[in-house]
Amino acid sequence: MLELVIKGSKKYWALIIGLLIVMGIGFGFWLWQLSFGLGITGMSRDVSWGFYIAQFTFLVGVAAGGVMVVLPYYLHDYKAFGRITILGEFLAIAAVIMCLLFIIADLGYPMRALNVLLYPTPGSVLFWDMIVLNVYLLLNIVVGWNVLEAERNGIPYPGWVKVLAIFSIVWAPLIHTVTAYLYCGLPGRGFWLTAILAPRFLASAFAAGPALLILLCLIIRRVTKFDPGREQIQSLAKIVAYAITINVFFFLCEIFVVFYSRIPSHMDHIRYLFFGLHGHGVLVPWMWTSISLMVVAIGLLVVPVTRKNEAVLAVACVAVFIGTWIDKGMGMISGGFVPNPLHHVVEYTPTIPEIIITLGVWATGFFILTLLYKIAVSVKEEVSEV
Amino acid sequence: MENSRRSFLKLAGISALGLGTKPVLNAFASEEHKAEIQKKPEALKAKRWAMVIDTRKFESEEDLKPIVEACHKIHNVPEHTTKRHEIDWIWIDEFKHVFTNQEHEFVDDRVKYLPFLVLCNHCENPACVRVCPTKATFQRDDGIVLMDFHRCIGCRFCMAACPYGSRSFNFRDPRPFIKEENKEFPTRMRGVVEKCNFCAERLAVGKKPACVEASNGAIAFGDLYDSDSEVRELLKNNYTIRRKLELGAGPAIYYIV
Repeated sequence: MLELVIKGSKKYWALIIGLLIVMGIGFGFWLWQLSFGLGITGMSRDVSWGFYIAQFTFLVGVAAGGVMVVLPYYLHDYKAFGRITILGEFLAIAAVIMCLLFIIADLGYPMRALNVLLYPTPGSVLFWDMIVLNVYLLLNIVVGWNVLEAERNGIPYPGWVKVLAIFSIVWAPLIHTVTAYLYCGLPGRGFWLTAILAPRFLASAFAAGPALLILLCLIIRRVTKFDPGREQIQSLAKIVAYAITINVFFFLCEIFVVFYSRIPSHMDHIRYLFFGLHGHGVLVPWMWTSISLMVVAIGLLVVPVTRKNEAVLAVACVAVFIGTWIDKGMGMISGGFVPNPLHHVVEYTPTIPEIIITLGVWATGFFILTLLYKIAVSVKEEVSEV
Repeated sequence: MENSRRSFLKLAGISALGLGTKPVLNAFASEEHKAEIQKKPEALKAKRWAMVIDTRKFESEEDLKPIVEACHKIHNVPEHTTKRHEIDWIWIDEFKHVFTNQEHEFVDDRVKYLPFLVLCNHCENPACVRVCPTKATFQRDDGIVLMDFHRCIGCRFCMAACPYGSRSFNFRDPRPFIKEENKEFPTRMRGVVEKCNFCAERLAVGKKPACVEASNGAIAFGDLYDSDSEVRELLKNNYTIRRKLELGAGPAIYYIV
């Protein structure tokens, strides 16, 4: 099926070349980072993880969110999703690859990355994160590819693929749980030290992933001959509605516990993010934007009239995606580091080179996604023509 | 012919896979490695090293600066010009920042304005060691938490885990920022984490840590489990405090206030 990626329209090639250019620029800046060190980023002794790890965290969520089309089809035999499971699986592949690239971009000494295998340390959550992410990547490649190939050949997919698909359904929540455990098991970081972190991560993942899928479905319908289907999009929209509502509910649970108990080490981070602390508050407008977007999206998604209007639905999905991205991709990581353990407020903002490298990784993800979706959609078009 | 080549390749593939996973499996195996490095006869030994800082013997930052300088000079700690890239093994901060949970509005003036020394606590249950994915940071039998600069991949998980902010990262090549290189101690390169090592290299040749030596008797260092040691004597006769005890990390730095 790989041959399908080299047969495309002018627009397709323009997109490919555009993404390759961004990737190339990002790669160039990464080479600079490699020779200079992470000093070209805005990170410091006080905020030692920044934009890269935040993108990684968000994208693990997007990857896990792909399971929301796989689960209803394989576990509940919801046939309608059979049409688009491949889109969920291929999105997961692109997202996990971005995650791995962000980890590499964040390492001070990436050439030694394989030390994690050479000196395996089961006590470290990072060791397990490496395992769950790579296994999830492999599962989605194998399942997605085999199901699509069977569809192309007009035969049912082999039984073992279904076993792996069900395995990947169990595995998806695991990748985001383990990612949350990276943070929530650390003493002295009050912002992350909460049992709701993993559930919150999952809720926002199951909102952001399917929201992106809806947007991708709408784009595919517009630019190709394959229609993912109105029912499919509406079912996804309901999933997003539940997930984003639960996400905001979990957040409010955290707010209650933190502000009713009034324990300073837990309050200060949220205060910093939403109101500013000791005169520092670069993230304040962002955090309020995030909350507003999520609340507006809940309104648009829960009310049937607005949800059923696909133009409004698209707006709601953009709101969910950007809202959860700000929440995780900006606030979640640097928020945990400000104030620092000695209660100094040292702020973090990404530098231009850091943002360019980040864009490079996102472009790589979308490049992979474009190729995979090109294959999937071409097969779908081929099958419907016969 | 064709068949035997194919089966050879299969076998080779499986063997390679086996070899590749061996270190992973080893990690789960419970075999103990009993190799021991012989210590020099003059080396200082302890069951668990600890430090007592008598802050009553300090008045101003001027009293502390020589101590910080002694440590940083001996360990080739660079002096970066950009605040973001700063590296500290031992540094100076105020009471309210060092003892965030004991600070209050009416704390007496002496303590309020007194500079405190801050360094790695060489915890009994170090979170940094727990999270390190490569064992690049590890705890010795005598309690000292050390770094293997050659194994560190620079993921900075340890920096997120340390509740005391004791760790620094080489955001760029530190060598141009070392004023006077001490050839006896390794310099680091960009991309790895570093921190106070309780002068493990000096203990090995029978010397006390550099900060202790430079403190004019204000810092005591010794074995916590030796009832005759200087630190035990001080702990017996003075009320001491430690940082963030509620986290259960078991810091080995005691402060007499």
